[in-house]
Amino acid sequence: MSLLQKIGLTLFLCALAIFTLTLGLNKFTLTSESLAVDKEVHRESIISMARDMGMLDKTYQNQFAFVSDLKKCIKASQLELSASYDNAEYKGSEWDYKIGDWAIKDYILPTVQKSGHGMVSDNKGLFLLLTFGLGILGGLIFILPKFMEQPGIKNDNIYHDPLTRGMNYNIRTGLLITSIIGILVYGIFYTSGNVLLPILSAIVILIIIGLVFIYQKEKNRKSPRSASAKVIGWLGLVAGIYLIIFYILLYWKPEYITNWMTIVDPVSEKLNGGAASQWFLYGLMYTVIVLVMGVRMISKYRHNRYQIIRTLSVMFFQTAIAFLLPEILTRLNYPYYDFKNIWPLNYTFFFDWNIKNLIASGGLGIFMLVWGIVLIVLAVPIITYFFGKRWYCSWVCGCGGLAETMGDPFRQLSDKSVRAWRFERWIIHAVLVFAVVMTLMVLYHYFTGRQQVLFLNSDSIRSWYGFLIGSAFAGVVGTGFYPLMGNRVWCRYGCPLAAYLGLVQRFKSRFRITTNGGQCISCGNCSTYCEMGIDVRHYAQRGQDIVRSSCVGCGVCAAVCPRGVLRLENASADVNQRTEDLRTVHIEDLINAQ
Amino acid sequence: MKVVIIGNGISGITAARWIRKLSDHEITVISSETKYFYSRTALMYVYMGHMRAEDTQPYEPWFWSRNRIQLMEDHVETIDFENRELSLKSGKKAPYDKLILALGSKPNKFGWPGQDLKRVGGLYHWQDLENMEAHSAGLSRAVIVGGGLIGIEMAEMFRSRDIPVTMLVREESYWNNVLPPEESQMVSDHIRAHHIDLRLGVNLGEIIGNEQGQAMGVVVKETGERIDCGYVGLTAGVHPNIAFLKDQSLEIQKGILVNNNLETNISGVYAIGDCAQLREPREGRRSIEAVWYTGRMMGEVAAHNICGHVTEYDPGIWFNSAKFLDIEYQVYGTVLAKPPENHVSIFWQHEDNTKSIRLVFDQRTNEILGFNLMGVRFRHELCEKWLKEKTDIEEVLRSLPLANFDPEFSKQYEGELIRIYNAQFGKNITAKHKKRSLDRVLQFLKK
Repeated sequence: MSLLQKIGLTLFLCALAIFTLTLGLNKFTLTSESLAVDKEVHRESIISMARDMGMLDKTYQNQFAFVSDLKKCIKASQLELSASYDNAEYKGSEWDYKIGDWAIKDYILPTVQKSGHGMVSDNKGLFLLLTFGLGILGGLIFILPKFMEQPGIKNDNIYHDPLTRGMNYNIRTGLLITSIIGILVYGIFYTSGNVLLPILSAIVILIIIGLVFIYQKEKNRKSPRSASAKVIGWLGLVAGIYLIIFYILLYWKPEYITNWMTIVDPVSEKLNGGAASQWFLYGLMYTVIVLVMGVRMISKYRHNRYQIIRTLSVMFFQTAIAFLLPEILTRLNYPYYDFKNIWPLNYTFFFDWNIKNLIASGGLGIFMLVWGIVLIVLAVPIITYFFGKRWYCSWVCGCGGLAETMGDPFRQLSDKSVRAWRFERWIIHAVLVFAVVMTLMVLYHYFTGRQQVLFLNSDSIRSWYGFLIGSAFAGVVGTGFYPLMGNRVWCRYGCPLAAYLGLVQRFKSRFRITTNGGQCISCGNCSTYCEMGIDVRHYAQRGQDIVRSSCVGCGVCAAVCPRGVLRLENASADVNQRTEDLRTVHIEDLINAQ
Repeated sequence: MKVVIIGNGISGITAARWIRKLSDHEITVISSETKYFYSRTALMYVYMGHMRAEDTQPYEPWFWSRNRIQLMEDHVETIDFENRELSLKSGKKAPYDKLILALGSKPNKFGWPGQDLKRVGGLYHWQDLENMEAHSAGLSRAVIVGGGLIGIEMAEMFRSRDIPVTMLVREESYWNNVLPPEESQMVSDHIRAHHIDLRLGVNLGEIIGNEQGQAMGVVVKETGERIDCGYVGLTAGVHPNIAFLKDQSLEIQKGILVNNNLETNISGVYAIGDCAQLREPREGRRSIEAVWYTGRMMGEVAAHNICGHVTEYDPGIWFNSAKFLDIEYQVYGTVLAKPPENHVSIFWQHEDNTKSIRLVFDQRTNEILGFNLMGVRFRHELCEKWLKEKTDIEEVLRSLPLANFDPEFSKQYEGELIRIYNAQFGKNITAKHKKRSLDRVLQFLKK
């Protein structure tokens, strides 16, 4: 590492440290102005309750005690209002008087945001520079010197690096099981004690484990080679835990990270005219990371134009289509809409509020609705037929964009065992079925007004999908596990859109990875660097073209192959016989005779 | 029937896999190198931290028992051909009905003083890798003797850890006994661009050791210069690993002599891969070809013969590939470093000095003889078809863009060769198609 790179890394780490510490640097005071509650009855009750509890106008040194007292206060109001409702002879609707559980969630975050004051709120610009600014600067100083080196594959010492070498099998499995159990247990609280869906989910998970281990006879196989016995990448472990905590806070406890939202307020105000939400914060971070790490990706693969163009593409789609355009639409009072986010990845697309919102927004809204449906019905099958699912997964998609940029240093950690492949197929198709069932129920509810189908309730199903798949799987596990299980955990095991694209790719597409005759030397670079955990070598060494539903067409296998054996290609002449030839088979007549 | 295979490299394992596909014979593979088959070509990537040891294994551990291929970690000390029995280091005996010798190679040592010191080693076996790894910490310099494919790999390995490297190469230019002069020069330049101290036209005089019997420097034969170092890599080629078979009924010369069915002079005993020497190699081919691809083909042929399908070993059109640091290399057909007069080249080289394409054809018949590619990928099947059919050079040139196998969006340079050909021979041919296209390739291959 050159001196310049050390400086860059130091600056980046400083930015990360400041960013983390920022969480403790604001003070919080609940005032009648900062209470973000507009219903008059609620407001009066909470304020008087806060006064009684001694919370009103009291300054807290950080948000932790503040949030806890605020919650107590609102809950006490809720109880009081529920108790007094029958005697109050209130004329308005019931929930204008009583406080619903959902309303508590809606009140807390904006109140905490507005109650913050002190060092961060007074120096938003400075903190923006010290966190995002310094981080970007440090990152670029670290990355740019890489353009001075000789172009070529740069994977030296990846498995010597404590950040990128991965985990041993037991630690990895332990973390995964802990995460799953933790998520399900938390899910019981999330659904306010409704255990039906958490238990159903647990049963499905156990069935899948049973199918793989017993039905598909993985029970007696040694733990797969995908994680070696000895290795512990401690820095990767730290990074993974940091990411997991970040996602837990972002999705489920945003009231604790309002200081971060405060930092990006100036940017949010410029773009959409309002204060930053946690989603704006996340969108901005996401975009910045994709851009900076995109530059890194280009530096690493700059001898390969496919990689350069593809990386520029994901950088463009993330910045322009996923981040800026929806913000601008919001500013112009149009619905927030990401034009490249396709159902069922975009699982809220058919939710009643989204449909109503789009229909209510005039011509553009209707266009958005039609556009979304055209993407699902026409674009996915047709474009995938021509180019494979890569047109979306590694060129357009935001999840793919993050995986291909920030995730690139971790791509080698994907599990290549047959066992992992079995898990992959059961899980991803189960999620696809879940997404379809959930959406059908939501639409049934929308058109008939009936919520209940058998023992399932459409509202609780959709909120459980959002929790389990939309947040826990895609975010906490999907990205938090980058340093533990590779950069495509979500895309490989969870994304229902990837499952849909994959079905088209597997059964009717011009796309495949061709193998160059008998040139394969079985070295395993292709498999090692396949982020989707495809054992590319298995096909390459027998001279077979690679047609796998999970292949996102990132092209890295072809880039890292030291013998020029692999090429991503499209052809219509042999769509149904793409994998038939085995080209390294040396004695063809005998094979044909068998 | 009991089939025993000695050696779990690519030849032995390919034979085992094919015997299993074709029969229900009992299969045992004996190796003292590693428990599981790994890709020898990937040794360098383990050292460089691109891959872990287990990533170099093409099959998961369960593969062997599921396919009823018994793996024995043991060393064969002697073979009793008369009683069809092996004696192993562990004291066990292993009887066989058919025996396949896939013994591989050993790095050459030419009697240099100090060649058996510690901190000296080749790069062929897993143990060589461990040896390099054990002595890499704090290494001030490594000296590599020999300028072939393994020498440059070893240099790249040390450079990945910022260890200074000196290469002593006998030839006047890197690998110029195989590569034509321009390509050889290109690789020599590229080696130096990677900050490797490349010394051409020099030989190793001796390796100097210290009191602990460790190498601490080398003396260059020609100049007498002493170069201090902590490791000496010996990469001056390999020879068949057959020393323990001498003075027996098995016929050996440089390697184990085999007929075209890969049978040795002893019935039921086959030899394949690096250790096999063909009695009658095909025209233009060497009797020992220690490369991955021929080893793999031989394994398949031996399996067929053992399973009762009498099959001749036909290696087909010669091909090979390698990577010199960042420059990929592919060759198809005959491209000689010192060609006879009738072999004419059309040669194009990129100005950045990392890419070139060479087409060789016979001036008397105009038929294509070979392709030599640096930094450009060509499609194996297409080149093979042209070579097999002895296609006219102009016909090849007209369709040449189809052969391109570089990643999408890469620039194609085949037009340059047409331009050069036209200028060189006063012709005016044009390409039928300017761009690669798999559809057209498939059509073309079916013709």
